[in-house]
Amino acid sequence: MSLLDIEKLHVEFGSVEAPFTAVDDLDLNIEAGEIIGIVGESGSGKSVTALALMGLIDFPGRVSAGRMAFAGRDLLGLTERERHAMLGRDIAMIFQDPMTSLNPCFTVAYQLMETLRVHQGGSKRQLREQALTLLKQVDIPDPEHRLDAYPHQLSGGMSQRVMVAMAIACNPRLLIADEPTTALDVTVQAQMLELLLQLQRERGMALMLITHDLSIIAQTAQRVVVMYAGQVVETGSVPRIFKTPRHPYTQALLAALPEYNIGQSRLKTLPGVVPGQYDRPGGCLLNPRCSYATDRCREIRPALSVEEDALVRCHFPLDAAGRLTHCIPEGSATA
Amino acid sequence: MFGFLLRRAGLVVPTFLGITLLVFSLIHMIPGNAVEALSGEHGMDPARYSRLVHEFGLDQPLYVQYFDYLGKLLKGDLGFSIVTHEPVVREFLTLFPATLELSFCAMLLALIIGLPAGILAALKRNTFLDYSVMGVSLTGYSMPIFWWALLLILLFSVTLGWTPVSGRIDILFDLPPVTGFMLVDSLLSGELGAFRSALSHLILPTIALGTIPLAVIARMTRSAMLEVLREDYVRTARAKGLSRLRVIAIHALRNALIPVVTVIGLQVGTLLAGAILTETIFSWPGIGKWLVEAIHRRDYPVVQGGILLSASIIILVNLSVDVLYGVINPRIRRSS
Repeated sequence: MSLLDIEKLHVEFGSVEAPFTAVDDLDLNIEAGEIIGIVGESGSGKSVTALALMGLIDFPGRVSAGRMAFAGRDLLGLTERERHAMLGRDIAMIFQDPMTSLNPCFTVAYQLMETLRVHQGGSKRQLREQALTLLKQVDIPDPEHRLDAYPHQLSGGMSQRVMVAMAIACNPRLLIADEPTTALDVTVQAQMLELLLQLQRERGMALMLITHDLSIIAQTAQRVVVMYAGQVVETGSVPRIFKTPRHPYTQALLAALPEYNIGQSRLKTLPGVVPGQYDRPGGCLLNPRCSYATDRCREIRPALSVEEDALVRCHFPLDAAGRLTHCIPEGSATA
Repeated sequence: MFGFLLRRAGLVVPTFLGITLLVFSLIHMIPGNAVEALSGEHGMDPARYSRLVHEFGLDQPLYVQYFDYLGKLLKGDLGFSIVTHEPVVREFLTLFPATLELSFCAMLLALIIGLPAGILAALKRNTFLDYSVMGVSLTGYSMPIFWWALLLILLFSVTLGWTPVSGRIDILFDLPPVTGFMLVDSLLSGELGAFRSALSHLILPTIALGTIPLAVIARMTRSAMLEVLREDYVRTARAKGLSRLRVIAIHALRNALIPVVTVIGLQVGTLLAGAILTETIFSWPGIGKWLVEAIHRRDYPVVQGGILLSASIIILVNLSVDVLYGVINPRIRRSS
């Protein structure tokens, strides 16, 4: 049994008549102790997926799923009390912007001890002792003094470490990290990733790493899910996807990495943006931005299909050398 | 924290000096003759006139007059009422508890109803409840106090006969003024009837005076709450598995209160201004009514002293709000 098992997750916003589908038919499972990367541009539905499984999507957002279970427990059927008991204890989450994610009115100690008190209780002294231990575990310098600091007295990296300390306080089995390094300085980013990986190893927790940066995934995850406009477009093991991307979108993301552009004066980019509520194209959602798109792509929305060792949502998946296999698009045949 | 206090208190001094300057020049700016204004006598003979000019120090250069005035202020001497010949300070001190009692109750009413109403409206935004709260508060805010007070009297005192029309307590009760606060004094007297009478006299003026602060606080709380509920740290608090009540009452409200406290401080000025109207309509023997009567009687020392003391109170209240602001907002407290 997977630790997390999601089938056909659907998240909608806006009115019932003209809904905006933020997450569309998403299947996802995470094994205990696994590191899974979720990658995609802004607006591809990564964060919404995480918030939906935490139960943090508010009205007017609507969440439905064929199945959404954590360690065998149905997440959709939880009472509010059961959900509160689970959040922060079994599933914890850290967010993109550490500077705004901590409450500016309360000290580090208060916010750390609050999590501990709600989920396990204990005397004030015990809790403070534990909070101090947690700060030490996330390598915060001078932890005794940081306990009584307010968030505005901490740097971004330090705040994110406090967020991590808060998240791991109750030994969660799944840690969701939503762009944990995006708001940090480049030099701090590597340290933060290293910290997350170290904690993941020590505690054997599963880590769901949400990012738009494929190079982070390459260093950390075992499996990767590529999302585009609310849909999974490709999923498979990290080595496989980096070596032979099957989906044109994955290929384009990889091609945009600086590592793949050494010697070039310009980075390769994928023109355009993820379609929003009003400009979702018919057919394949990527077709306006895809250089391989054909009439079939513009008319029929592809389903997720098994391609050897991966799942790919494309009518014309690429072969191992990054070329089209199944069909040569008309128009480009002569080119 | 101490440095913060000192800086804030330092700002009070120039403001206070500004007010003394204004109040001092009042006597020279009013139409007519300063000697007649200060003495309240008209058409006096030249000998007495020149004696009074000298007595009031009006033959001195202006700056000397001003520093004399400041010197007297520091000794607590605000002059004597022309009408009653009582020291202005003493009159103020006897009347001020009445205004304080009324303003305190009005603010209490505004807070007890305004804060929860604003919070509820924010939590249930764009629902019937939200629209009702906002609609009612806008109506309350737009209603002139004198008209609103008259409506209240017409309905509750005249038509329904539930509350008395004016005054602080029934004339049947003769209470020794211990604290000056009628509710407290009537309780101390041990007569339940007196307390009930004082309370029923207080209800309508409290509503009339509290309505505008209530509306402002409700609207401000709503918008501050709406803003805070969107913040990342509220999402963090929810992700920690905290109960809904705890997220709202601790994490959101604590931050939303920061702008609300500022508004509450500003409303104290509105309260004192509103007290002038409310006290006049309800014959409430406080400093508002005292000031209006002093203006009618051209009792300039009282007008001067009353303005200075009221303004000083507003300054002090704003100072304490600033300090409170530092207490609830750690970012202010620690910044230099």
